[in-house]
Amino acid sequence: MALTAIEIYKLLPQTNCRECGFPTCLAFAMQLAQKKASLDKCPYVSEDAKAALEGSAAPPINLVTIGVGDKALKIGNETVLFRHEETFHHPCGLAVLVPSDLDEASLKQKATRLSELQFDRVGMIVGVDLIALQHVPGSDFRAAATAVAQASNLPLILISDDPAAMAAAASAVADKRPLLYAATAGNFDEMVKIAKEHGLPLAVRSEGIANIADLAAKATAAGVSEIVLDTAPKTPKDMLLHQTAIRRAALLKKNRQVGHPTIVFAVGDTPAAKALNASVAIAKYAGIVVIDFDDPALVLPLVTARLNIYTDPEKPIQVQPGVYAVGAATEESPVLVTTNFSLTYFTVEGDVSASKIPSWIVVVDTKGTSVLTAWAAEEFTAETITKAVNDYDVAGRVKHRTLIIPGGVAVLSGKLEDLSGWKVLVGPRESAGIPAFLKSLPKLAA
Amino acid sequence: MSFEMPKEKWRGAVNQVKIGATAAEGGTRSSTVTVGGEATLPFLDFEGDTPNRPVIAFEVLDLAPTDWPEPLVEAYGDVFGDPAAWAQKCVEQYEADLICLRLQSAHPDRGDSSPAQCAETVKKVLQAVGVPLIIWGCGDNEKDNNLWPEVSQAAARERCCLGSAVQDNYKTISACAMADGHVVITEAPLDINIQKQVNILVTEMGVKPEDIIMYQVTGALGYGVEYAYTIMERTRLAALGGDKMLSMPMLAIVGSEAWRAKEARLPEEESPQWGRRYDRAILWEAMTAELFLHAGTDILVMWHPEAARLVKESVLSYSAASTESE
Repeated sequence: MALTAIEIYKLLPQTNCRECGFPTCLAFAMQLAQKKASLDKCPYVSEDAKAALEGSAAPPINLVTIGVGDKALKIGNETVLFRHEETFHHPCGLAVLVPSDLDEASLKQKATRLSELQFDRVGMIVGVDLIALQHVPGSDFRAAATAVAQASNLPLILISDDPAAMAAAASAVADKRPLLYAATAGNFDEMVKIAKEHGLPLAVRSEGIANIADLAAKATAAGVSEIVLDTAPKTPKDMLLHQTAIRRAALLKKNRQVGHPTIVFAVGDTPAAKALNASVAIAKYAGIVVIDFDDPALVLPLVTARLNIYTDPEKPIQVQPGVYAVGAATEESPVLVTTNFSLTYFTVEGDVSASKIPSWIVVVDTKGTSVLTAWAAEEFTAETITKAVNDYDVAGRVKHRTLIIPGGVAVLSGKLEDLSGWKVLVGPRESAGIPAFLKSLPKLAA
Repeated sequence: MSFEMPKEKWRGAVNQVKIGATAAEGGTRSSTVTVGGEATLPFLDFEGDTPNRPVIAFEVLDLAPTDWPEPLVEAYGDVFGDPAAWAQKCVEQYEADLICLRLQSAHPDRGDSSPAQCAETVKKVLQAVGVPLIIWGCGDNEKDNNLWPEVSQAAARERCCLGSAVQDNYKTISACAMADGHVVITEAPLDINIQKQVNILVTEMGVKPEDIIMYQVTGALGYGVEYAYTIMERTRLAALGGDKMLSMPMLAIVGSEAWRAKEARLPEEESPQWGRRYDRAILWEAMTAELFLHAGTDILVMWHPEAARLVKESVLSYSAASTESE
């Protein structure tokens, strides 16, 4: 629970020494309460006060880091139930199951394939985040973990209920910071010991939701600092209820025992049904979703759903500004100009593509705003369009010198012609009119 | 100590709306569909009533589509251009709960068919199937206003949903719906305030709140799904908070949006890195629908029968009882 300025003030020395840079301790306390200042600015604060303040500032859902380096996955620290209230902060990790009983070459091949299972969404690379290596009894879990870690830099989840196998695999790849899955009522002490020995995050699994808080509290008490929760739901409905219950308890009831990110194994009778349930888990609070397929036809929709749900509602997705070819565009193809708000771009791109007339689209950096908003905010002007046309060397791609601008900003034509030296054609007001417009466009003179 | 399920106490609920009328009710439908009534967030039946499951309406066009990708042509190619046969196929083969008939041919740019021709199409579809109908105009305000009197009259007392009433064009459709006993679909451009405004305008004309379904212009997965998802979530929260002018059930148009995405359209040859087109396209539509279900949609207008089947199964699994007693 966050402290008020007065509560913080009572913990400060109250000497008004000004060394923090603020005129009084109360002024400093007010800044602290708004998280605009940091406590280390006060050289005289007591250890007790520090502990109390840090405790109050602790997030309701702990942050867990799996893996190392730039592929490390951070999950947790979520603050809301609904994305419009703020945003969902740490995109849920997508993990793909790999059984440990494959031979070394197959394991490495599979791990490499998963690292490469990535998709480019206009400048944003999205893909699978984790490899979930599942121990198959009788196979060498340690050797399998080593092989996968060598072949891929994706973070690992080590899955086994057998503490001996887990200890062997964990010690082999501890420097990669894998998530250990899972401590259960049956193997609890041994799994906790392995996690503590290597300082690794640990998943705790209860059968159903009733005992999850107790189990997580026990792991915390035993000294495990990074915990992931699994309630092992048997049906999609149970999954939805468990996820909702845990998020609500952590945020609304300030229940610290369940203040940890969750892991969900997608349930379903077919891969498509599993993918749908995985998309629900993404929208409904899972920290990690584990799937047992790596077919790009099923993974692409999932990574897209994750990208959408975790988009900050106040920061719309932007397209990388530049010039894009739609179809096999040539030096005679038309050149259309639009903004870098992703929906604007995708709509224009879709309509140009539907026209079946290969074209170039120049995307102007309008800070992610749509045509009319960008025009009103003076982000989409004769100046910014001219700059984009020059910066992206549009003249080097086409022989003609004609730009097509959205009908909504027809007023820019004259000034744009003067500034850019290009002829300007006014396109339709609505993107849907683009196919008809392009089809009736005469050949552009060089 | 056992973990307790934290419950919310909601003040309001979504209106319950019945679509379709049987002979006893003055119509000719063999079945009706009731949507809405939820007194909690989607599927959270441990804290509030969820009396009606979300339903799927199959979209039928009165013009033969010329640009539909192969998986859709495989499903409907044999009935293109014959909306009655198309509707029948959806009901008999694909178990549609509802048919959403779109009168595209009336658009001045797409054939400009007359109100009488459209009314005839509506009659034929009503005769061909026993399920309730959603009837959508062509999207051209002036033409739709010419269309509604005759089209609405042709389906009088069948309690169809007529779509759509927008902020600057709602009077004709509302008057026709009241006269002939239909439900009005109010539309807004992904804006919760405009949605509320249209609902107020339409109710001020005399349409009862229980005779309204809401529609926010929908986006597809990868193409704005998050906007529609959040608008619908906020709308459901507003209804649960007691806002009567946002308490109508919601409808989402999924098929036409999802199949516009290039991920659904591009064949394997042009996008080998994306896997089998059929699987990806079906899932693109189904996942768009699934996300809307969990944001609070009551009626999903869909295209591909396999995507619809997947979503219908999902609705059943999320409507089932929990395996744990709370």
